[in-house]
Amino acid sequence: MSHFRVEIRQRAEELVALYPRARSAMLPLLHLAQEQDGYLSDEGIAEVAEMTGTTPADVRGTALFYDMFYLEPVGKYVVGVCTNIACLLAGGEEMLEHASATLGCAVGATSSDGLFTLEESECLADCNIAPCVQVNHRYVRTTTPEAFDSLVADLRAGRLDHDVPSHGTLIRVRRSGGLHAPRAEVAAQRASAREARATRETK
Amino acid sequence: MATLSAPRIVSSRSEFADSHTLARYLSTGGYVALRKALTMFPEDVATEVDEASLLGRGGAGFPAGRKWSMLRKSPVSYLVVNGDESEPATFKDHYLVERDPHQLVEGIIIAAYALQVTQAFVFLRGEFALGLERVQQAVNDAYEHGALGSRIFGSEFSLDVVVHPGAGAYICGEETALIEALEGKRGFPRIKPPFFPAVTGLYGEPTVVNNVETMSNLPWIVEHGGAAFAALGGGRSTGTRLFALAGRVRNPGVYEIEMVKNTFRDLIYDLQLGGGVIDDRAIKAIIPGGVSAPWFGPDLLDLPLGQDEVAEKGSMLGSGSIVVLDDTTCVVRAAWRITKFFSRESCGQCTPCREGSGWIERVMYRLEHGGGRMEDIDLLLDLCDNIAPGLTWPPQQTTICVLGPSIPSSVHSAIQMFRDDFVAHVRRGGCPHG
Repeated sequence: MSHFRVEIRQRAEELVALYPRARSAMLPLLHLAQEQDGYLSDEGIAEVAEMTGTTPADVRGTALFYDMFYLEPVGKYVVGVCTNIACLLAGGEEMLEHASATLGCAVGATSSDGLFTLEESECLADCNIAPCVQVNHRYVRTTTPEAFDSLVADLRAGRLDHDVPSHGTLIRVRRSGGLHAPRAEVAAQRASAREARATRETK
Repeated sequence: MATLSAPRIVSSRSEFADSHTLARYLSTGGYVALRKALTMFPEDVATEVDEASLLGRGGAGFPAGRKWSMLRKSPVSYLVVNGDESEPATFKDHYLVERDPHQLVEGIIIAAYALQVTQAFVFLRGEFALGLERVQQAVNDAYEHGALGSRIFGSEFSLDVVVHPGAGAYICGEETALIEALEGKRGFPRIKPPFFPAVTGLYGEPTVVNNVETMSNLPWIVEHGGAAFAALGGGRSTGTRLFALAGRVRNPGVYEIEMVKNTFRDLIYDLQLGGGVIDDRAIKAIIPGGVSAPWFGPDLLDLPLGQDEVAEKGSMLGSGSIVVLDDTTCVVRAAWRITKFFSRESCGQCTPCREGSGWIERVMYRLEHGGGRMEDIDLLLDLCDNIAPGLTWPPQQTTICVLGPSIPSSVHSAIQMFRDDFVAHVRRGGCPHG
């Protein structure tokens, strides 16, 4: 019985098929698991393990290495405020402090209504519009306390649902081509590679 | 005065709001270069890139043509594009993936053709949600347009491109860590040798790893010829380059300018570029190539923006990021924040990096926030020396990858250039800037 919804499971299977080895789909699949559940649930981890030919412990251990994966539930909106060098010089620390006050939660914590999780980010590569703020990894480009507050009001009111999908949804553009087209050639190439490897190993 | 006569090679569509669409791309010369490349022998395409002497734009500056020529002969090989841009204050690949994804895709197809690779992966930083969507859309459009998939534009050449999201780890910009992540594992850099994925890369097969900006230069090089590219710039630094200017300047941003013909001063002060320092303050220091690079004082502002020119003065042009620190900046705080970053991002495999970064960060923290001791300053130098013995540039290596030896750069520079500021922090029991 699949934990993934039908649509997520189908996308996950397509992703696995894209790679020469199933395990390569690990990060994309973890993003998908997070898209469904908002974080990495035990069930999601088990399904990723099954699909990548690994164990839940292995999946968990891999996921823990990466900042974007959460093993506990987080808010609908994960707000990241950068304080790295370029943002430091533009008031990133003050922005982080302000965000904490506005959202009513400490850095690293989730607001009591479960809507927001606040994080101190490392450089988000948008240093010309500093301090840089991302919500669910979308650049919101609010560089003043006032702009940040009106952003929060818009998020609360659901006015930005299109621009900022719920936490976990990363790539909304689906791959539409390719799988069927060069598959024969790629398969042939992989077969000859396997053969070459086998010859090498028997030597 | 900056020299701005060179053509814009990778940012030519910047004035268009729809620069990321296929329609705009096709109406501004898109896919002309690929059609030309497909009429050439693959090795001749590689020769053009070699003649352009295009240096890799990721950070290490290794000649792309030479990287290609090292590709071990094998029945299967891969092209991996590194778009994991995470070096603090570097944001030029972010610009390219969001603003001109088709140019990147065309560059990838050209490179794959030259290398005769039929499978390519684009590894993009997970935090680039919009960039991931735009590049995936560009790949979809390219399949639709016949520029990807089976028998591209009716030729014998077929290629599959997969867009692969990262998940938040600076270290995955290191090419062997990136390959590990692409294999679905933790992003632990691999032990060297082998030094080059071209020998043993993805799944143990020969793999070329090239940066996003490097790829984005290829359509122009194929269309205009390697010689035209090599005619721009100077010395080993040919062509133009995207510089990400940040910090205390009026107009921070991404600027494409000719290498060597322009200086740090041109980039920072020219009114069409950085526009000068905020409030016309004096420059205290600049970080010339990402936070892994040793700092320069204002005395080196007239140094040309060239790879060897910057290296000769003991730093690097690195990732093409330039951060301006003015005289209102607390250098202790700046160096502390940079060390905090490295401490957070160290993958933990090697002791000097894992322990050293945290130790330096804690000492820097107490200097900045109160509790620092006079002997801390020499302690910091000693710790730096333990990570990169001799504190030379380029640094000695005690770790698997170059993250470790990058840690001392900012702290060592700050102490060397502004020791008095450190002393003032100790005397005052914290930051005098408040």
